[in-house]
Amino acid sequence: MSEAVSDASVGPREGKYRAPILSSSLRYWLSKVGLFLLTLWAAVTLNFILPRLMPGSPADAAIAKLSQSGPVSAATKHAIEAQLGVPSGNIWQQYIEYLHQVVTLNFGVSYTFFPESVESLVMRALPYTITLVGITTIVAFIVGTLLGASAAWRRGTWRDTVPTLTGSFLSTFPYFWVALLLLFFLGYVAHLFPTSGAYAPTVEPNLSFSFFGDAIYHAILPAVTLFVTSLGGWILGMRNAMINTLGDDYITFAEANGLKGRTVALRYAARNAILPNLTGFGLALGGVVGGSILVEQVFGYPGVGYLLFNAVINQDFPLMQALFLMITLSVLVANFLVDILYGILDPRTHR
Amino acid sequence: MTNTSTVRLPKGPGSKPNMFRSFARSFGVIWSNKKARIGVIILAVFVLAAIFGPLVAPYGATVNTFPRSANGSAEHWLGTTAAGEDVFSQLIYGARISVLVGVVAGGLATVVAVVIGLGWGYLRGFVSDTINFIVNLFLVIPALPLMIVIATYLQNGGITVIIVVIVITGWAWGARVLRSQTQSLRGRDFVIAARFSGDSAPRIIFREILPNMISIIASSFFGAATAAILAEAGLEFLGLGDSSIVSWGTMLYWAQNSSALLTGQWVLLFAPGLCIALLAMSLTLINFGVDVISNPRLRETGSRRRRGPKGTPTPTDQAGGDADRQFNEATEGADNVDVDVDVREVQQ
Repeated sequence: MSEAVSDASVGPREGKYRAPILSSSLRYWLSKVGLFLLTLWAAVTLNFILPRLMPGSPADAAIAKLSQSGPVSAATKHAIEAQLGVPSGNIWQQYIEYLHQVVTLNFGVSYTFFPESVESLVMRALPYTITLVGITTIVAFIVGTLLGASAAWRRGTWRDTVPTLTGSFLSTFPYFWVALLLLFFLGYVAHLFPTSGAYAPTVEPNLSFSFFGDAIYHAILPAVTLFVTSLGGWILGMRNAMINTLGDDYITFAEANGLKGRTVALRYAARNAILPNLTGFGLALGGVVGGSILVEQVFGYPGVGYLLFNAVINQDFPLMQALFLMITLSVLVANFLVDILYGILDPRTHR
Repeated sequence: MTNTSTVRLPKGPGSKPNMFRSFARSFGVIWSNKKARIGVIILAVFVLAAIFGPLVAPYGATVNTFPRSANGSAEHWLGTTAAGEDVFSQLIYGARISVLVGVVAGGLATVVAVVIGLGWGYLRGFVSDTINFIVNLFLVIPALPLMIVIATYLQNGGITVIIVVIVITGWAWGARVLRSQTQSLRGRDFVIAARFSGDSAPRIIFREILPNMISIIASSFFGAATAAILAEAGLEFLGLGDSSIVSWGTMLYWAQNSSALLTGQWVLLFAPGLCIALLAMSLTLINFGVDVISNPRLRETGSRRRRGPKGTPTPTDQAGGDADRQFNEATEGADNVDVDVDVREVQQ
């Protein structure tokens, strides 16, 4: 993935030879950093342009909502516009102001959860999402990659067909469907797990063991959902990459040299085949911050995804803009780090 | 896969490959793959249900004159919804939306991916750099949040808005896969010959390169269609589409909002989701077969150890024909085309 993003897969095989001005390695890193900064700017700007391209404005939406319950006076309208910080001035001034907001991380006040600031809402949701989605992503990556490697190595046996078929089956399951089924059968019917929230309503969040126990208990069903639905991608990714690697001559050569099967599988094949999966893993880690909107919505889990869902449903534009920016930037940064790592792990990319 | 593989027609410069025959041969390869065969059958069932829905469904999809929240019975096989509609009929009508979204959104995303991906791979210099930047931007922006945000800004959009949103967010991946294929075909003799004979860039791209990439394009179409179907269902489930239409996503939306969880009508949750999963799975299974055309290394030769020594191709290795061998080389040039498609789902 990232070799795509980085344009590195092309490599030096293509193109005519040009006398290097800088060493090719330095040029590689400089172009990486340049591209990252450019993408960063574009993503920030996209977040600025998007709402302005769309019909209507947040204030219009708010006023439309209010006018359902009665006529809206001009004074109220003005107050709403002021409260929502409806931009004044020309587009350039707005843009400068927006950039200033982004740099100072000041996203104003949430409209749904007035008078809470966007920042405090995000900060409250982040720990839940990062713990839940982060741990699940790591575990799914490790288990899936190992299963994929063993599937490719034992190709054609049950150790291949079972994980591959289950994996491809599971990865086509809609997240929210798996979530709903687990919630219904294990939560509502069997009463084994709580049906909503990150902790029991009677408990206040604190640092005691009992609270952590309760929080883990509440996180099990969402975690199982995320694990089950993301496992397949890792299995298939690793399996396909490793099948390609196993067809290479150096594997045949290693086998011909009489190396042990395990050595060939792990140190020769898996080590090279893991690169694409590793890129995917880096990106998935970047995506952790965004949480999982569908799963968090089903379980009413108070993470970032659920916050975004609430912002969307209530047309809370300041919150939505801040969340979208945060989610985009974290993926972007993760992608950049993966690119760097990829360049180190696979020096061919910038030879 | 019988004689088709051994018969080799001489390909003169003027002779065009027979479209129907090559299609039939590709279908034969897909059909010979066990997984893909199951996929084709499942897909056929859903497509038929979508086309002949009104003839097959026992009732209309929005007829709500039945007893509410009834369990399955002889009249209503899967029961009725909280609004008094027949669940089985809704399921059949729901197939129309999903198949439509899969074909239209998947198709449009693939068209965009082909035009941009091939141009990106073939052209050099400023154009290529610009496309590179734009595609990278679309690749790193998380698709689901972007879809949700756009769908929210375009308030109360119908299925058209959903399709537009899916196309906007869904083309970049295919473009990237097609680009690396184009790059490896770019240096081939037939492309160079065409360039020297003075053909224009669009002609070389679409008449010389494109026909050699049909299986990769098919593969990215099935991938895009799968993603589109899942995305549509997700957006509808969140209530971001038109909740008055009957689709599997809206069925789940209404099931959750009418607290089917509490009343114990699990069929309302189970059936639509299963349909989404089966339809998406059928496309994934077909893609197993398509991948085999484009990357013979994935061919089911059984255990790795049973392969013949190098230089003595096993019967399945021969079955592919020229096009396959070309793809094999092409795939080796580009890094792991098939892998990329799988990693994408993790990001949702």
